[in-house]
Amino acid sequence: MLQQLFKFKGGVKPDPNKTPSVQAPIGTAPLPALLIVPLHQSIGGVPNPLVKAGDYVFKGQRIGDPDKWISSAVHAPTSGTVLAVEERVASHPSGLPTLSVVIEPDGRDEWIEHTPLDYNALEPERVREILRDSGVVGLGGAVFPSHAKLAPAKAVPMDDLVINGAECEPFMTCDDLLMRERGEEIVRGIGIFRDLLKPKRVLIGIEDNKPQAVDAIKAAVEKVGENFSVIAVPTRYPAGGAKQLIRVLTGKEVPASKRSPEMGVQCFNVATAYTAWRAIAHGEPVLSRIVTVTGNVERPRNWEILLGTPLKDVLALGQPKPDTNRYLMGGPMMGFEMPSLEAPIVKASNCIIAGSMAMFPPVAPEMPCIRCGACAEACPHELQPFEMYWFSRAKNFGKTQEYNIFDCIECGCCSYVCPSHIPLVQYFRFSKSEIWSREREKNMADAAKARFELRNERDEREKAEKAARLAKAAAAKTTEKKPESAGEPATADVPVDADAAKKAAIAAAMERARQQREAIQPKNTDGLTVAQRKEIAEIEARRAPLQAQQTTFNAETQSSQREEQ
Amino acid sequence: MLTSILIMALGAIVLGSALGFASIKFKVEGNPLVEKIEAILPQTQCGQCGYPGCKPYAEAIAGNEAEINLCPPGGQEGVRKLADLLGREVKPLDAEEKPKQLAIIDEQTCIGCTLCIQACPVDAIVGAAKQMHTIVAALCTGCELCIKPCPVECIRMEVITENIDNWKWKYPVFEIKRAA
Repeated sequence: MLQQLFKFKGGVKPDPNKTPSVQAPIGTAPLPALLIVPLHQSIGGVPNPLVKAGDYVFKGQRIGDPDKWISSAVHAPTSGTVLAVEERVASHPSGLPTLSVVIEPDGRDEWIEHTPLDYNALEPERVREILRDSGVVGLGGAVFPSHAKLAPAKAVPMDDLVINGAECEPFMTCDDLLMRERGEEIVRGIGIFRDLLKPKRVLIGIEDNKPQAVDAIKAAVEKVGENFSVIAVPTRYPAGGAKQLIRVLTGKEVPASKRSPEMGVQCFNVATAYTAWRAIAHGEPVLSRIVTVTGNVERPRNWEILLGTPLKDVLALGQPKPDTNRYLMGGPMMGFEMPSLEAPIVKASNCIIAGSMAMFPPVAPEMPCIRCGACAEACPHELQPFEMYWFSRAKNFGKTQEYNIFDCIECGCCSYVCPSHIPLVQYFRFSKSEIWSREREKNMADAAKARFELRNERDEREKAEKAARLAKAAAAKTTEKKPESAGEPATADVPVDADAAKKAAIAAAMERARQQREAIQPKNTDGLTVAQRKEIAEIEARRAPLQAQQTTFNAETQSSQREEQ
Repeated sequence: MLTSILIMALGAIVLGSALGFASIKFKVEGNPLVEKIEAILPQTQCGQCGYPGCKPYAEAIAGNEAEINLCPPGGQEGVRKLADLLGREVKPLDAEEKPKQLAIIDEQTCIGCTLCIQACPVDAIVGAAKQMHTIVAALCTGCELCIKPCPVECIRMEVITENIDNWKWKYPVFEIKRAA
């Protein structure tokens, strides 16, 4: 099919360096001694661990449950024993630890029960759920959960489904080899995406430096009997950027404030389509990925590597040359240095490049910006990197946002062309993370303020309620008293009443005391004669024959004393 | 002569009544400066400035009653921002600058007295009488107000260290090497 292609502005043409790693077919990496599977391997919520140390896991068993909708499940890449669920160094530029499941493989590679599914018989909602639970994420490097991109926008009809096989980064060939060897499964995977999104056209964009991949996919499309257009796009970095490829294939420019579905376009990587097909048609979750091991190594090649394989086991496959001094994950333009040899392969690891001083000479010292404008010409997003650089350098973050720093895809074209060797992307990353952190702090402060105000309001209300309650109780007391005082003939003046009542009470008490004294008087034996008292004493002594000796004695002495008296 | 006086008088009446109406209709409630100051303050509500909360401190600053360097959680950065806003001079912070902290209750020791719950200005502690209390980490502002009321000293402050979620790209710094 002949189709008009569009161009994107800017871009650069770095040395591709792709030939060494495409000589051999994709190899299957041996089982490493230990797998370190980080739970957070995609954009969105951190999956919750489902296993604990000591558990036995089967290959494909879910070990991390997706947290909320924008999140993706994580699975055990092989069967074995969970040694620990703990913080391990992450494949992240910071080199900080992240919660990971450490699995010791038992070598049996025993699958958990899994069944192929016919997705045509399933509800689209169910298919999306299966993709989420199978850990299908964008394998181009951004690792955005794919199921969240597969719901068609309601307002805009879906025109084009763009499949990204451009692979514009130098050195990287994992998608190239995947397309050459597993084209049919990719095409079937694209079929799933097509059926979910129902676009008018499906466009597969592949850079024209990969003619074999183009042919393979064309053949696969014919074999499966689909009507997808396979289009060779001019090789120019970053043609593999989603917005750039959409521009080249459809002529649509996605504006800063919008995402591509709002323009009726959705974009997926070829490897994502492949894993989606494996997940649906074979019931296999994402357990491994194709990784290009290249650069300063003896045996550059693409390997199918289990997720969680530590970098040192990956390097054993490639055998780095002795002068290797660092390892990059991702390409030379956008990648970062791996923090440790223990850092694992994750879903985002598309390429491991061994670097040496000769291959990546140390950057020349930063010189002042001469405002030549080369960066603005190279920028594929038509930003003005030199302006953003000035403001980032001065930490004037408000201004960087005015120059749309958040549209920067950090492709590195500006740093690549800068004659003053200014690390522009590093400045932009610094500004972006600083802005995010300030935003976070601001939101937290606002929430704290709102809670503080609510609490104060609640305190006030409770105080008022308590006061009202007390007043009510006091009022009830006085009304209770009133009937009593109303019975008396006195004019109902409260203080007078109280006084009178008090006086009356005192008088009554005194009267009672007097009466008691009088009542006690007759019982007194004072008025009796000695003989009578003696008689009483004798009777009492007889009445208590069972009383203790002492009591009797006491009584006798008492009576004798009285006799003496 | 008379017409011009009349015209001027009429103009004065019309404009005067318009201004009078506007001053009633568009009257600004409260001091807008207080809100701007409050937006800079960190809203920890810790009272370390000597005022019972961030808003009273903002009011005091707006009323020229307080210095701008009394807020330790805001740090020197906060002092600088306040100085920018108010056109005052930047002063060194009148306290030690502390890293961001988080209160943690030792749940084994907690006796469930609810005193810390009453002290927390931002409702970040959950618990009930004679039940164990705990701090909702995401809501804690690190104000330290819960430490003093605790009768069994089971609350401690922990500095929030850098983790993968709050990690930031660093400002590019290059070592200056002598040219060979």
